[in-house]
Amino acid sequence: MSNDNEKDWPLWEVFIQSKRGLDHKHVGSLHAADAGMAIENARDVYTRRGEGNSIWVVKAEHVHASNPDDAESFYDPADDKVYRHPTFYTMPEGAKYI
Amino acid sequence: MELNEALFQFCLRRGDDTHVLSHRLGEWCGHGPVLEEDMALTNRALDLLGQARNYLQYAGQVEGKGRSEDDLAYLRNERGYVNCKLVEQPNGDYAHTIAKCFLFDAWHLPFLKAQLDSKDEQLAAIAGKAVKEATYHLRHSSEWMVRFGDGTEESHQRAQQALHDLWTFTGELFETDEVYTTLQQAGIVPDLGPIKEAFDRTVNEVLAEATLKRPEDEFMASGGRKGQHTEHLGHMLGEMQFLQRAHPGAQW
Amino acid sequence: MSDVKNLEERFQERIDDEQKIEPRDWMPDKYRQNLIRQISQHAHSEVVGMLPEGNWISRAPSLRRKAILLAKIQDEAGHGLYLYSAAETLGVGRDQLIDQLLTGKAKYSSIFNYPSLSWADIGAIGWLVDGAAIMNQVMLTRTSYGPYARAMVRICKEESFHQRQGYEIMSVLASGTEEQKAMAQDALDRWWWPSLMMFGPNDADSAHSAESMKWKIKRESNDELRQRFVDRTVQQAETIGLTVPDPDLKWNEERGHYDFGPIDWDEFWNVVKGNGPCNRDRMKARREAHENGRWVREAAAAHAAKKAARKTAA
Repeated sequence: MSNDNEKDWPLWEVFIQSKRGLDHKHVGSLHAADAGMAIENARDVYTRRGEGNSIWVVKAEHVHASNPDDAESFYDPADDKVYRHPTFYTMPEGAKYI
Repeated sequence: MELNEALFQFCLRRGDDTHVLSHRLGEWCGHGPVLEEDMALTNRALDLLGQARNYLQYAGQVEGKGRSEDDLAYLRNERGYVNCKLVEQPNGDYAHTIAKCFLFDAWHLPFLKAQLDSKDEQLAAIAGKAVKEATYHLRHSSEWMVRFGDGTEESHQRAQQALHDLWTFTGELFETDEVYTTLQQAGIVPDLGPIKEAFDRTVNEVLAEATLKRPEDEFMASGGRKGQHTEHLGHMLGEMQFLQRAHPGAQW
Repeated sequence: MSDVKNLEERFQERIDDEQKIEPRDWMPDKYRQNLIRQISQHAHSEVVGMLPEGNWISRAPSLRRKAILLAKIQDEAGHGLYLYSAAETLGVGRDQLIDQLLTGKAKYSSIFNYPSLSWADIGAIGWLVDGAAIMNQVMLTRTSYGPYARAMVRICKEESFHQRQGYEIMSVLASGTEEQKAMAQDALDRWWWPSLMMFGPNDADSAHSAESMKWKIKRESNDELRQRFVDRTVQQAETIGLTVPDPDLKWNEERGHYDFGPIDWDEFWNVVKGNGPCNRDRMKARREAHENGRWVREAAAAHAAKKAARKTAA
């Protein structure tokens, strides 16, 4: 029926900061002809219940992701580095504010 | 003219303007050109409906006869409606809808900004909330005017046609009458001169960017503020008021 | 071959272990196809579902009701959008999915092929149709595919007012004038059975169920969900003095559930096949919106391209 693929609006990923000071968080995606429209569409779609304070959009094709097959070599080596966590250390009894 | 009566009339005008435009936009819900835009239009319809309720509630209060927002919206006849004719025009294609919104927004935003300084606290408060919404509305409709004008040949033509068809209804936005001058003398409503200047500036800038021609000021339609409308309004009200009329006094 | 088997085993292990599947993970082709079918069908249902309710926006009986109805239908558009986005993570474009809808290749929930004939239908749709949908959607927040589950979490959060506003409409009508009461009962009479059909065929006759359960796309069966809906809704009808139109409806102490009468599956399949009261009108409305919107979408794309070209040239 419609063969207007090249005329379709590209897909954008949307990130919303719900409150000043917090991270922008991925909330979903939408279609828009350009970045300005993507931001406004994000406003109309993803902040209808006061969820928004700031919006980022990025064209979906510009998001590069790690390969799930690499998961073991990427993430498992971090598992045994317990000394990176504060709870690893024994503090002398009676020491305060540390 | 008595101030209270003028204030009542003014609130009805603003209430009817925003309500009727909101109603037209509601007709798009589920039929928009793309989902994202369907949602944008509904946001706008909801903003305007919220403003309409504020004005109509206040109108009822000013009148002091115990009429509610719904009494005023659903139980006044066509001749009692005092919106401008621009907003009652049928949606037409999307260019007509956007052009109608754009012309309304280009007037509405500067009007609301001036209304912030109204000596009537309630009107100033209504404007305080509405001005933020209208800022976004004007941005949205301006951008679409530019997309249409500077988009494809078809969209350019459609947008130009829409402007041509609707321009005659812009004169009414700047009319004054006894109601208006009474309130203006009391510092309740703003001088329309600067608002017309702002309107012209916006229209000229946006149309230039859109490569669209501003229609000539020829015959300007009038009558809406006196309840003399185009034939379209009667059909809208017939539909809108059907349940309230068919079941007098019922609660919903 | 053994590689694929290995992958399939690992995939199933992950599912059994309650880990979510994410877009770039390996997945069996049938899992992908099954999800695309289900998510897009769900998305289409949201969008087509705007039409029967949209039918009453211009006749909403108060400004408050009009605002609520607009906001609710707008939510449906949003939910359609979230779901199309979730489907797009599986490598299919929204345009393709919409094509499938408009050419009749894809289905949507048959409930929306029934007409909304009175204001009470807006109450009944919110109360019963959204009520039935929520049963399904709450289950789907735990579905195995990550993007689908996340979309459902967002949807369920937003949906929470939909059923309540519908029930509120019904309760106001049921305690209103005689005419209003009759309107409410008539709407319940017409929407009750189609709402029960929304859960799909009985488990024994459901084409996709076994596989969907194994892959945890679905987590509860059609009949389980339907029973839960009946159990909850009957009490709500009684509370506002309306009668569920089922002479066989009876509390079964032993089962701890309501027994209810047989569903007319001939009607169900007839509507699925396109012969419901509104199938043609619904598709016509969607096709017109799509066709009338084409030049708008093209204009925005053309303008964006021009602007980008000017920026490069500058």
